[in-house]
Amino acid sequence: MDIKSMKYYLYWLYCQFELITCSYLMEPWEKLLFYTFNITMLVMVLYTAYIFVPVHVSTAFQFFLNLFGNQHENTVSIVK
Amino acid sequence: INHIVHNGGLYKRPFNEAFEETPMLVAVLTYVGYGVLTLFGYLRDFMRQWKIEKCQNATEREEQKDFVPLYQDFENFYNRNLYMRIRDSWNRPICSVPGAKVDMMERVSHDYNWTFTYTGRVIKGIINMGSYNYLGFAQNAGTCQEAAAKVLSQYGAGVCSTRQEMGNLDKHEELEKLVARFLGVESAMAYGMGFATNSMNIPALVGKGCLILSDELNHASLVLGARLSGATIRIFKHNNMQSLEKLLKDAIVHGQPRTRRPWKKILILVEGIYSMEGSIVRLPEVIALKKKYKSYLYLDEAHSIGALGPSGRGVVEYFGLNPEDVDVMMGTFTKSFGAAGGYIGGKKELIDYLRTYSHSAVYATSLSPPVVEQIITSMKCIMGEDGTAVGKARVQQLAENTRYFRRRLKEMGFIIYGNEDSPVVPLMLYMPAKIGAFGREMLKRNIGVVVVGFPATPIIESRARFCLSAAHTREMLDTALKEINEVGDLLQLKYSRHRLVPLLDRPFDETTYEETED
Repeated sequence: MDIKSMKYYLYWLYCQFELITCSYLMEPWEKLLFYTFNITMLVMVLYTAYIFVPVHVSTAFQFFLNLFGNQHENTVSIVK
Repeated sequence: INHIVHNGGLYKRPFNEAFEETPMLVAVLTYVGYGVLTLFGYLRDFMRQWKIEKCQNATEREEQKDFVPLYQDFENFYNRNLYMRIRDSWNRPICSVPGAKVDMMERVSHDYNWTFTYTGRVIKGIINMGSYNYLGFAQNAGTCQEAAAKVLSQYGAGVCSTRQEMGNLDKHEELEKLVARFLGVESAMAYGMGFATNSMNIPALVGKGCLILSDELNHASLVLGARLSGATIRIFKHNNMQSLEKLLKDAIVHGQPRTRRPWKKILILVEGIYSMEGSIVRLPEVIALKKKYKSYLYLDEAHSIGALGPSGRGVVEYFGLNPEDVDVMMGTFTKSFGAAGGYIGGKKELIDYLRTYSHSAVYATSLSPPVVEQIITSMKCIMGEDGTAVGKARVQQLAENTRYFRRRLKEMGFIIYGNEDSPVVPLMLYMPAKIGAFGREMLKRNIGVVVVGFPATPIIESRARFCLSAAHTREMLDTALKEINEVGDLLQLKYSRHRLVPLLDRPFDETTYEETED
């Protein structure tokens, strides 16, 4: 029963998307064009994220690590 | 929200009017929707121009293509690309009397609303929430219909002349005396068409050298009449008395624009109930201002006559004011009386002047006799002069229906505009796809509603407008409310966050749309 209500909920979400972007009013070929464009854009964004986000995150992490690491050494030397 | 009275206790009852603000997310998403449709509109126009797609709308002929283009402005773009997509919610043909329930002819479109064909089936028993049938006099049986049928067999249907020539029947004289008695004025005159009453009589009352102060949201007939007259027109913000007072002060102090002479006349144009907002005019304050600055008031009671007031005499009775304070009382017989036409009531000298100088009296055919009899019978019924208590019961039923319907809709969480007591209920939809979807879904559930979009309302504030009637029973309203609830959940229309905007009482420094703190 949960699958049925889940499917109904997903269908309802799809209806809301259709209403907000006005694809409810479009003819079938316009809908095809619109969805193709949207899905292409989405896939390209996700692919770019998949390739670049790990690299960016690890670079940023290393940068901050170096920054705080240097600070710790400086304070230790002054106290000595 | 109760209006805090700071002007000497002019109101004898609380004035509850509210216009909830558009939620930010909804406004952004509405613009997104319009943006997508505009892009597709450009695409379709491109395809139509390069003959990739067949062009089904009106275009110029080949020989005229080098002249000034006729169909390139925004209105025509909107018409071709947005209005056509949802056109099936309008111009629906009905085939029975537009009472509480109506029959509609079913139609389908195979080419996306460019052409319609009738399937031949008639959908029966649709609950009618769109007709201006406030007191339920749109009937094909009963005393009004019998009286009208008798007059039809006596006088015929056509008049074949104008009021000034051979078209002045004794029925018209009887009607005008009755209207004057109903309104509590000295004299009245009736015309064949409500729109023409406004547009043809305002030019007879004011001319060049006069000033017209007109509300922001006035009806097209008032705007047309004001423009035809040739007077100077200044607009004040909707129902905003500070804005009106500022304009009046400026007019008296500075006079006419270049010569600084005093204005010959200042006429304030307001309506009793504004049909797109459901708001009621602040009549006590307008009359106080009018008396203070010695100007004239033209009150258009098209929607409020018969629908407001304890005995249905309109907005003047609703506020408990004296009808002699309003200089020109105009109204229509189309809405509450179930007939057609308009009237103007006022002092005897004014009406005698209009009989000679109004364009409508000189050139337009007078009212048809059966229609006049319908008005006479329904007006006597409302006044209680036909011996029954039917009229009073209908007025009370309308007031009860109004309060019940509005309360239930607000509780469900929809954004409803307007005053608590007005029988016109606008429900906000905002997004363009929801306009078409709401109309279609309600028709599937056997309820007929009127949805309103761009040229009649601002572009993001599209709405569905319900007109309540005394002919609606409690069961019909409950059925309608249940279906509206379902459709509201399906389309997610329950935007209200119960944050009502307080009515602005601060004085304004300019007549433009900005406000500065004092």
